[in-house]
Amino acid sequence: MEQYEPLTPPQRAATLRSMTNGRGALARRSLLRAGALGAVATAGLTGCGIPAAGRTGSSTTSTDHSATEKVVDFSNWTEYIDVTDDGKHRPTLEAFTKRTGIKVNYTEDINDNVEFFGKIKPQLSAGQDTGRDLMVLTDWLAGRMIRLGWVQQLDSANLPHAYANLAQRFRSPDWDPGRAYSYPWQGIATCIAYNKKATGGRKVTSVSQLLDDTSLKGRVAMLSEMRDTIGMTLLDMGRRPENVTDDTFDAALARIQKAVDSQQIRKFTGNEYTDGLSKGDIAACVAWAGDLVQLRIDDPDIEYVFPDAGFLFSTDNLLIPNKARHKTNAERLIDYYYEPAIAAQVSAYINYVCPVAGVQPYLAKIDKSLADNPLIVPDAAMDAKAHEFRSLSQDEDTRYEEKFSKLIGA
Amino acid sequence: MTTTTAPLADAPPDPAPVPAALKRAARRRRSVPYLLLLAGVAWLLVFFVAPMVYQASTSVQTGSLDTGFKVTWHFATYWNALTEYWPHFVRSLVYSGIATVLCLAIGYPLAYTIAFRAGRWRNLLLILVIAPFFTSFLIRTLAWETILADQSPVVSFLNRVHLLDVTTWLGVTEGHRVMATPLAVVCGLTYNFLPFMILPLYTSLERVDGRLHEAAGDLYATPFTTFRKVTFPLSMPGVVAGTLLTFIPASGDYINAELLGSTNQKMIGNVIQSQFLRVLDYPTAAALSFILMAVILAIVTLYIRKAGTEELV
Repeated sequence: MEQYEPLTPPQRAATLRSMTNGRGALARRSLLRAGALGAVATAGLTGCGIPAAGRTGSSTTSTDHSATEKVVDFSNWTEYIDVTDDGKHRPTLEAFTKRTGIKVNYTEDINDNVEFFGKIKPQLSAGQDTGRDLMVLTDWLAGRMIRLGWVQQLDSANLPHAYANLAQRFRSPDWDPGRAYSYPWQGIATCIAYNKKATGGRKVTSVSQLLDDTSLKGRVAMLSEMRDTIGMTLLDMGRRPENVTDDTFDAALARIQKAVDSQQIRKFTGNEYTDGLSKGDIAACVAWAGDLVQLRIDDPDIEYVFPDAGFLFSTDNLLIPNKARHKTNAERLIDYYYEPAIAAQVSAYINYVCPVAGVQPYLAKIDKSLADNPLIVPDAAMDAKAHEFRSLSQDEDTRYEEKFSKLIGA
Repeated sequence: MTTTTAPLADAPPDPAPVPAALKRAARRRRSVPYLLLLAGVAWLLVFFVAPMVYQASTSVQTGSLDTGFKVTWHFATYWNALTEYWPHFVRSLVYSGIATVLCLAIGYPLAYTIAFRAGRWRNLLLILVIAPFFTSFLIRTLAWETILADQSPVVSFLNRVHLLDVTTWLGVTEGHRVMATPLAVVCGLTYNFLPFMILPLYTSLERVDGRLHEAAGDLYATPFTTFRKVTFPLSMPGVVAGTLLTFIPASGDYINAELLGSTNQKMIGNVIQSQFLRVLDYPTAAALSFILMAVILAIVTLYIRKAGTEELV
């Protein structure tokens, strides 16, 4: 190889000149300026630390304006409350306003737990009002909010119906013992769904079949919610999600990874699996039973199954964020939805598991078949198969989510 | 700055005393450009510089959601992010590169037709190019889920003519489907960014003087030679602007990969989103954003140097 030629004396002189004179000169002044800029930049970057997300001494409660401002700002998921056929009225909310004079600003602005957390995190970590008095979050995120101290303790004096009527199985989750901060809005049963037309009449009854049955290759979907997908797989492997460990988690992950690598699994989805399932792009998937009831009305080919190995049960919970302006109004709204007659109206419309005990007679009044529907009021057989995912420590949460993210591709 | 101090010794002597009013007017005129810049500079400071500084800081922090994040100058985050996610970077650049080439291949003939051949249909055609923007990006992408569904007429047709066997052999589709494959993601990117290619191409083609074509013809140039030696070089600014406007946003896009792709088609945008929202590893998310920015900047700089269009820089 050819050596680099050394610079000739004139070249060297020119290089030296260009470095000491003119625009590119490394003069003392520009060095000083660069140094000062560097110092400012360093100070700027160092000053940007993100404070601990948890409660930082300052008060979390707010002045309650409930007495003077007769409103409550309620954020919920889409299609998660009763609506009249023309889509213009929400009967139970309107009845609440009529009875109490409290106007409900109902917004359907929650589509995804992690996204919603990203949205409200800046205000809550800065100790500011989010503009919401009531919001509905899935149990694992509700647990995180409680751990971070971002939600307010409920005043049981305002919640007589809720206290009396909360069904036994919901009373003491490990992330909120005794329900000091939260009340369930609805219970969610995770099931397996399939489109009979797409499977050619074949039944799909277990997670094993989803992962191994080659006749479903490329047409299987699983949920992008970690606990649903891993939980159902754990149960299928004979493990309990109630006491998941690093080892069992990794084993479930590896089991699914194999199916991803063999292209058995088409994709991991959120709510949008319903679309693929009715089109037949997705022949079978892990799904939420509440969605299925709605889907089956339009398409009787769609079936759902609770596997013999058990199924995952979770809840969506009502929480009052810090600095909410209308805490008492929000509590009155929670309590209102724990009156069995009201809860029955909502359940008759949305078909999720109702957390209110004594709701059957009211359901029967609306429609006889509803009262016996195990999707709304689980029977003993169903209760025995229901499992919950243990709440995770912050460290586990991060590690598991990271591993699961890799599994689903990002 | 030194208006009130004595004139410097080596300053040229004042030719004649200038009236104070004139001086004031001159000063005012000099300050006008700065005043005009004020809004833009403020905008840049608030919406570009401040977030950049914040993200730069985040990228060298360590910590967790519960304990908070502190600046520890942990530059290893960058290296870890790069070694962990380089396949996603490569995939993003390849997908957006292919989409850009496809956009150019589809967009150039279209822009050429609109500019030179459309006659009175020109405005209508331009409106049709922009029309998709009247619906949201998300809805447009979701529409492709229906168009490319497994049982859709399009996919059935592609299967009947055995085109999907070819693409599967090439590794861009899987089995008899288009959805949840690389082909679907690239198609989505191409479709969504096509107008960004067509519009700059159109504006620079439209400025080409038609008489140049006649002159080329008079000098015995074939239509192809005319295009190669006259039209195309004159449209270069449009080509460069169009490719940049397509390539840059496409490489950071995550919607198309999310909705039309599967686990093996996730792009770097999906990783950043997931690190930020799901894993809550803000430093890694910030570092990935900076790496992406640096990579794009390097590619664009090289490209502009190579393309040699000084009008753009």
